[in-house]
Amino acid sequence: MLAIVALVTLPLVAALMAVVVERRGEWIALLSVIGVVIALSVLMPLVATDGPVDLVIGGWQAPLGITLRADGLALAFAGMAALVMAAVLVSARTLYGASPSEAETRGQWAFWPLALLLWGALNVAFLSRDLFNLYVALELLTVAAVALVAIEGKRESLAAALRYLMFALMGSLAYLLGAALLYAGHGTLDIGLLAARDIGDASGATGSRRASDIMAAGLMTAGLAVKTALFPFHAWLAPAHAGAPAPASAILSALVPKASFVILLRLWFEALPGLTTPALLATLGGLGAAAVFYGSVLALRQNRLKLIIAYSTVAQIGYLFLVFPLAGGDSYAQPWAAGAWTGVIFQALSHGLAKAAMFLCAGVWIIAVGNDRLSGMRGLASATPMTMSAFGIAGVALVALPPSGGFTAKYLMLTAAFASGQTIWAVVLLLGGLLSAAYLYRPLAMAFSRDDDATFAPVPRSLQVAPLLLALAAILLGLGSQAPFSLIQTGRPAAAAEGLE
Amino acid sequence: MIASATLFGLCGAALIGLGLYGFVVQAHLLRRLIAFNIIGSGIFLLFGASGARDQLASTDPVAQALIITGIVVALAATAFGVGLVLAFAKVTGQTHLPEESDARQRPLKAGLPDRSVQTIVKDPAG
Amino acid sequence: MSGLAATGFDLMLCALILGAALAAIAVRDLFGAVVFFIVYGVFVALAWLRLEAIDVALTEAALGAGLTGVLMIGAVSRLERLTSRDQDQDAAGPQSPPTSSAARIATMVGAAGIGGGLAWGFITLPPSAGLQLAVAENLAASGVENPVTAVLLNFRGWDTLLESIVLLAALIALWSLARDQDWGRRPGLRQHARPGGVMATFGRLLPPFGFLLGVYLVWTGSAQPGGAFQGGTVLAAVWLLVMMAGLKAAPRVSSTRLRWALIAGPLLFIGVGLAGAVAGTFLGLPTAYAKPLILTIEAGLTLSIAATLALLVLGAPMAGDGLGPDQPDKEPAR
Repeated sequence: MLAIVALVTLPLVAALMAVVVERRGEWIALLSVIGVVIALSVLMPLVATDGPVDLVIGGWQAPLGITLRADGLALAFAGMAALVMAAVLVSARTLYGASPSEAETRGQWAFWPLALLLWGALNVAFLSRDLFNLYVALELLTVAAVALVAIEGKRESLAAALRYLMFALMGSLAYLLGAALLYAGHGTLDIGLLAARDIGDASGATGSRRASDIMAAGLMTAGLAVKTALFPFHAWLAPAHAGAPAPASAILSALVPKASFVILLRLWFEALPGLTTPALLATLGGLGAAAVFYGSVLALRQNRLKLIIAYSTVAQIGYLFLVFPLAGGDSYAQPWAAGAWTGVIFQALSHGLAKAAMFLCAGVWIIAVGNDRLSGMRGLASATPMTMSAFGIAGVALVALPPSGGFTAKYLMLTAAFASGQTIWAVVLLLGGLLSAAYLYRPLAMAFSRDDDATFAPVPRSLQVAPLLLALAAILLGLGSQAPFSLIQTGRPAAAAEGLE
Repeated sequence: MIASATLFGLCGAALIGLGLYGFVVQAHLLRRLIAFNIIGSGIFLLFGASGARDQLASTDPVAQALIITGIVVALAATAFGVGLVLAFAKVTGQTHLPEESDARQRPLKAGLPDRSVQTIVKDPAG
Repeated sequence: MSGLAATGFDLMLCALILGAALAAIAVRDLFGAVVFFIVYGVFVALAWLRLEAIDVALTEAALGAGLTGVLMIGAVSRLERLTSRDQDQDAAGPQSPPTSSAARIATMVGAAGIGGGLAWGFITLPPSAGLQLAVAENLAASGVENPVTAVLLNFRGWDTLLESIVLLAALIALWSLARDQDWGRRPGLRQHARPGGVMATFGRLLPPFGFLLGVYLVWTGSAQPGGAFQGGTVLAAVWLLVMMAGLKAAPRVSSTRLRWALIAGPLLFIGVGLAGAVAGTFLGLPTAYAKPLILTIEAGLTLSIAATLALLVLGAPMAGDGLGPDQPDKEPAR
């Protein structure tokens, strides 16, 4: 139980300390990384063997109080977030680390508390069972994320941050309104207690479907979809993620959309499974498919590396929404629903690790070249072999080639698609993989092309190790998929095993 | 009490619609933040009113506490938003976000120097 | 009020709220829109009084109308100076989004549909007592008599803790928008109040009363409406008044003392929570000590909230008149 407390409070306490202690942000951040890693290494085996652990805050049971629950879903994402944060915080030291002798600068002060607050908000979003508490966590996440987009103060990043903020504020309001309607109708905000009311189930406590419940579900889904940047709400993502400094981009692209996605999973699979309809599942899946194609095509058309990686995130987020049709569908598909659910979580974890690695690689190359234009990448492969391999390995995970975590994900999702007779989603998965290979080919080909005249600024080796380790983690997720697989099954909602609808 | 709660709840619903219209139609960023706040207080009114129906005593204290938290969070977001608008205006002289679609972020021709991101913001002098 | 008169009053209030909101959205002049927005906040606070939600009414009046209003007015005047070169495109400039009349009508229909749908959803909600009973049953163990304070600081203390951190996050985010060369300066614009002028007189007269009111609101919050956020807002207003009257300069953002004041409340709150965790319950307040613990947390929160709110209104650190020594950067460094 103390480990859960540590997981949610350590990054926050570290952020507070980073506000007051001058020029020590990096060390405070590293201490919190160590603390969180210890907490996770205590919790993960415990939860994997004994099942989910609850933390009833203040001793007040829901509906009066708030409960945090460490289940497989929460810990898998918290673990991925810890890996990414560790790599990012280490990499950010060259940009925002301070030398004790010089006066504090703006970036050196602001980066560390913002990144740590963002991390704390993520962990709360993964663990909390209370819809309003999740709202507060999402707001904390949004403020920190938008500030990280704007931190360089350039005109384009300020414009991107403003656009991001406007989208995110609207998403928050929609989510908040939905949560308020659910509370007004059912007198609780707790996901478990809402589930117990069998909302939308004709045989359940509330009887037939209520207008307010349907509206609540729709509003919350729309709000969370905006925050996850699901097509067609994706317009804010690419300029924001590409405009931030590389370590911040890594956090923003790998982690931030995952928080709202986890809440979306919990909303439909745990709280309101009775409200799903085949049309809704098909719509969410269809938007996901559109995101896969639209994001990939736009990624193909960019001439800057960070924009390619950012549009790739739009596409990769699309896969996540295939969970809705794949875990739904006709009753004969139900034995396969669990495969789809697990596959999508693998996809989210693998994408997080690979995407963070790619943005950190972009950061290395921006130092080496001075910008991130594709045309400037000639000769980088021989100049920075370690970063080149990191980018290539992360690409393997993103394209979902074996033995990466992405492959495990696609394999599980494809199996579910074929077994349930929904071949159309299998086509999306396969075409999406081809398209991702195509948009990654251009930067790779450019980097491997020879340019004997090219001169590059030297990059510290420590900066090059972090993305390589992250990329290898994305491969390991597939090679050693047994442990994460069984962790994800812990506390899996019934609807994930039996299928929605 | 029942009549009051119903009236203010409906008023909240109307405010949400009104604010949404303002948010979409207005381009001025400060006006968008005002619209955001109007939607927010409409949501709170609807929420508070729903907890005040059918009771003799007073509005549900949990709903009240959540609304207070919501008001504070909205202020935090607004203050940061205003700061962003001012910083943006300071750099560009603009109070509107430029029109943007995915098309704008692509360079027109492959051979031209890539100004994809720079074109997001028009030069104020230009 | 008798039933009919009360309903008449409520109807009028609703009309005023909607009218003010409409004006805040539609009035062409930006400053006018902000004024209507402040008026709107006052009306909404009245609506909360009618709903017998006095704690919310206080918060809405102090934060929703008061501080947000000051913030917006300040923003309008700074924007006017920053964008004076292209003032003419302020209202319906060439950069406005697609607001052809067709698009406007479509938006109107969509917004009306959403508002109407919500009204329908609201009316068809079954009557629910919320958690009123659960709060009443556990109030004795919470350490305070005001049920709203009991929810905020005990039953759902975790929300309030995170909320105080959101405020701090917004301030960090705001300060991170400063220009590099302005780092370490004082936040906001320099204030030049005429000595002996109205502002300076107010600045001298009001703070003692405001201070007492703020502290009273926090103290009384355990039994009566009020609490750390309402009291903190009043104290923030007092501090703002002192700074705007030119009696005392805003502290530098690099000031260590200021930074400790900003984190004191959240840190104290987490500290109490962690002590509880070691004793067995995270954020658990044993009934016997609940009242002193809550008052201690509220004292810390009030200090941090007051400081954070005031600084959120002042804005990012900047030089002199807020325009800086050089005019707006045309070409930012890449």
